[in-house]
Amino acid sequence: MDLSSINPILLVASIMVSATPILLAAIGEMVVEKAGVLNLGVEGMMITGAVVAFAVAVNTGSPILGFAFGAFGAAALSLTFGVLTQILLSNQVATGLGLTLVGLGLSSLIGKPYEGVKAPSLPRLDIPVLSDLPVLGRMIFSHDIMVYLSLLLVVAVWAFLKYTRGGLILRAVGESHDSAHALGYKVVRVRLLAILFGGACAGMGGAYLSLVRVPQWTEGVTAGAGWIALAIVVFASWRAGRVAVGAYLFGGITVLQLNLQAAGAAVPVALLSASPYVITILVLVFISARGMHGAPASLGRPFHASS
Amino acid sequence: MIKLEKRPQPSRLWTVLAPLLAVLLTMVVGGALFWFLGANPFEAIRTIFWDPLFDPQFAPFSRPQLLVKAGPLILIAIGLSIGFRAGIWNIGAEGQYIMGAICGAGAGLALYPSDSVLVFPLMILCGALGGWAWAMIPAILKTRFGTNEILVSLMLVYVAENILASMSSGLLRNPEGMGFPGSRNFKQWEAAHNAELIPNTGMHWGVVFAFICVIGVYVMLTRHIQGFNIRLTGDAPKAARFAGVSPARVVFLCLGLAGALAGLAGLFEVSGPAGQITIDFNSGYGFTAIIVAFLGRLNPIGILLAGLLMALTYIGGELAQLMLGVPGASIQLFQGMLLFFLLGVDVFTNFRIRLTKPELA
Amino acid sequence: MTDTLLTIEGLTKAYPGVVANDDVSFTIAEGEVHALLGENGAGKSTLVKMIYGLVKPDSGRMTLRGTAFAPNEPRAARAAGVAMVFQHFSLFNALNVAENVALGMENPPAMRDLAARIREVSETYGLPLDPYRTVGELSAGERQRVEIIRCLLQDPRLLIMDEPTSVLTPQEVDILFETLRKLTGEGVAILYISHKLEEIRALCDQATILRHGRNVGTCVPSQTTAREMAEMMVGSAFQPPERAARALGDVALEITSLSAKSPSEFGTSLKDISLTVRAGEILGLGGVAGNGQDELLAALSGELRSAAGTIQLKGKPVGRLGPGARRRLGLLTAPEERLGHAAAPEMSLTENAILTAAQREGLVRNGFLNWNKARGFAEAIIERFDVRTPGPATVARALSGGNLQKFVIGREVMQRPEVLVVNQPTWGVDASAAAAIRQALLDLAANGAAVLVISQDLDELMEISDRFGALNEGRLSDIRPTRRLSVEEIGLMMGGAHGMEVAHV
Repeated sequence: MDLSSINPILLVASIMVSATPILLAAIGEMVVEKAGVLNLGVEGMMITGAVVAFAVAVNTGSPILGFAFGAFGAAALSLTFGVLTQILLSNQVATGLGLTLVGLGLSSLIGKPYEGVKAPSLPRLDIPVLSDLPVLGRMIFSHDIMVYLSLLLVVAVWAFLKYTRGGLILRAVGESHDSAHALGYKVVRVRLLAILFGGACAGMGGAYLSLVRVPQWTEGVTAGAGWIALAIVVFASWRAGRVAVGAYLFGGITVLQLNLQAAGAAVPVALLSASPYVITILVLVFISARGMHGAPASLGRPFHASS
Repeated sequence: MIKLEKRPQPSRLWTVLAPLLAVLLTMVVGGALFWFLGANPFEAIRTIFWDPLFDPQFAPFSRPQLLVKAGPLILIAIGLSIGFRAGIWNIGAEGQYIMGAICGAGAGLALYPSDSVLVFPLMILCGALGGWAWAMIPAILKTRFGTNEILVSLMLVYVAENILASMSSGLLRNPEGMGFPGSRNFKQWEAAHNAELIPNTGMHWGVVFAFICVIGVYVMLTRHIQGFNIRLTGDAPKAARFAGVSPARVVFLCLGLAGALAGLAGLFEVSGPAGQITIDFNSGYGFTAIIVAFLGRLNPIGILLAGLLMALTYIGGELAQLMLGVPGASIQLFQGMLLFFLLGVDVFTNFRIRLTKPELA
Repeated sequence: MTDTLLTIEGLTKAYPGVVANDDVSFTIAEGEVHALLGENGAGKSTLVKMIYGLVKPDSGRMTLRGTAFAPNEPRAARAAGVAMVFQHFSLFNALNVAENVALGMENPPAMRDLAARIREVSETYGLPLDPYRTVGELSAGERQRVEIIRCLLQDPRLLIMDEPTSVLTPQEVDILFETLRKLTGEGVAILYISHKLEEIRALCDQATILRHGRNVGTCVPSQTTAREMAEMMVGSAFQPPERAARALGDVALEITSLSAKSPSEFGTSLKDISLTVRAGEILGLGGVAGNGQDELLAALSGELRSAAGTIQLKGKPVGRLGPGARRRLGLLTAPEERLGHAAAPEMSLTENAILTAAQREGLVRNGFLNWNKARGFAEAIIERFDVRTPGPATVARALSGGNLQKFVIGREVMQRPEVLVVNQPTWGVDASAAAAIRQALLDLAANGAAVLVISQDLDELMEISDRFGALNEGRLSDIRPTRRLSVEEIGLMMGGAHGMEVAHV
């Protein structure tokens, strides 16, 4: 094994790239869950975003348009989940699973012609001055715009939930939909908006996978990233800042195991490739053993205004 | 204005009607999809739902496939449905299926080339144990630490896939296979082969087990206190605790049974239709079985029918791919749509749709 | 009493199968306390939901200060000066007091200003509150203060209060009434919903009485006897339960120094509880909601385990046993929450009969259910307790609250318990059903069972229990014979005024 082949600067830089798609999906799902909805379809929305973004970027030559359509496509898909669970009152767990299955099928159908094609990627955005810093410049300040946008989104979500009236209403709906309804808030509307936001975020996360991280279209490109995003929300105890920490930790593990594989570590490859999933399980165990704190009280419960 | 009004009792009529309506809607929307993809929608629907069973040219080949594909789907779905009824969401059946196959096949291969009659029963036992053990991981974590079983069981699918990759090119690789990944082929080893029991029917031991499970679980759910406890836990966990049902026991029972049945399905598949452990012998039955379980209303008889229907879409889908050139992925979408429509029309079971005059407020 | 504030004319609202309100009319004057009186299911809550904009009337109209008033959502009602204090369902446990208040306001000021306003208003009206405390940690009385403050901050003209005293001790009720009188002095009208007649006589200027959705009369409560009002409410004179003299037997249930941590996040832990109940005796435990009632029931049912010796059934330690084993020994329980705890909502009455009676009634053999016998048992309960339902195949949630309660209590009573523990046996049940349930408990005791009744209805406890104790923050007061207790003593046993104070002018 040759550990010296691992370049720490590149390592950190690639951790940021590897964390971004999960971060986007997880922060979106966190907002959805804060509103009291459990959408298990993150994987399906991500992969739909990935394929739509890829197809649009290839056909238009614009990765930005790709991201926009990826977000839009996944949000459209999430709307089916929203209609089923919020208006037709279907079971959220089953519908979320269904969303994943539909998303996987839909994406491989759309994606067939794009296998092996190369898509235009996002340009690197060298932040003036900062990117010229030694070490840190390359490490942190010369990524593409989505890396920064995702971090900005975390801050925005945090501020929204903590300081705005809209955020307060969203939390209230997630905490007790009956009380929110009694006070005259439109529970279903708030939840549908949250679901759409979550869909758009997951779509951007998927787009980042297929356009930047991998970057190409292959069937099943998300490889469980959506599920890991769900796990990160639990890990983060439904707090925006901790979602970022979780996503970066997870990105770190993924990149590290890839680097170890490349460096020929004396550990079976299967164990290394399984390690992100095993570690996710261990983290979940650790968090739940401590007791789950901060789960919205109405999470996953159906709401029907019977009066 | 359209208003939903909760029914005092779930409608019995709609419990039966909803899946049928869902199938119909899927055919309509699926037909539109095929039309969009450049195929004649009526021909496509006929190719999927009719030809595999009744076309004189294809039926002789595809009819036996119906049971071959339905067997594992039913077996897994029956196990999952018990958990779903109790509100325990094991969605990692695919992983339990793989681990059952690996353990069962591994136990057999360790005895190669014995021709003892005990080889196959031992494989069956180890297959069930493998799936059971893999499902015990989320069960133990859930009861001991309260860890979410959905995420754990799902993560374990990816772990199982990595183990499968490692096994098929490592420990279980055929030593006479000239370095190619994949185990010995069970079709060439009679003592361990899950052969067709009645020629040209597709009936193998896995299908027999599936039928037995349908009956057994039906009896358990309708007549036995365990089944009652499971249903009670799903309807009202607090009431179950009040009745004296131990939540941990229900978790172990549901996950254990689901894991064992998925493991069995994996073993029967690998020792029969698939023939050998390969890196991709699993074909997503563990996930499709979720659709089967819901489509069958978590009811054993319903699952039997839903399993057969879903098997039909697999075979018909392959046929459509061959004859009409529709992409293979469209059938996956087709199955997903079926679940979606079912969940949607299910609203009629519990709610009445009422049209009200727009209010002049 | 001066000008008319709100006029209600011919309000009608029908739901499938029931007419909740049928042509209801009355008026409320400015500064008046107007009582809305009626049994459960008489249509009181539908009526106030219409005034508050949560439900739209089918016909009829309302006029507020001379202009037509038809709020299509609570926001509109609030903007017009109507505020409401809910009995349940309008607070958010995980949010703090200030956030909860802000959610009930149209244009809340910035959080810091709001917190200051909350402090100020709450001090003025004698309802001290810390704006930054999490609501889930507050007592029931304090939670009600949050609701009241939320309303007061909007300068309402009409304040609707739905059963406000059900979560208060007698002392706290007095203080609340002081606060309300101060408000009416400022010209605020109050629509006061209750079925507690003495309270209404003490507080209200006018009363409208509803029965089966119809306005069956108005009266001036201070000039009407409680009995007259009760008869208008129920429609006929009703029979108070009979209480036969009973001989007490040996100690059947003994609790010694029971402490237990609450399993729920915002629950109350039990602290060093000791009591005994003898065969043939009814022990009543009062106390404001959320003071350990649910936990005590769970500790007795076996859902919450404790050290073996802390709970003894006829001298036998049962603290470590689960619910099934305790039932076999004769300790039966009925929790407060009917749907979801005492009964499974989507299961039939037959299945719900199996839920607790599987062992004692022999409904299971070798693990297999005897459906015929179970159905027979369910039918027997339905028959003897007059449960109104199409039959034992009906699912539990299809029953009205009162009928399901009769079924749940009946299910336990008919299993001939040695010891029966019930929590809120008549909560939300109409007067005749409540009387039937109380009679069943008295009969059970007369036949030699020990009965422990946990209830927030003091009148009920005074009526049926031999001895009385109160739960307060998870502790149990002294237990005293019921006959010689005064209301003041009971109030003090329940914990007095819990940090409330009389309104400052």
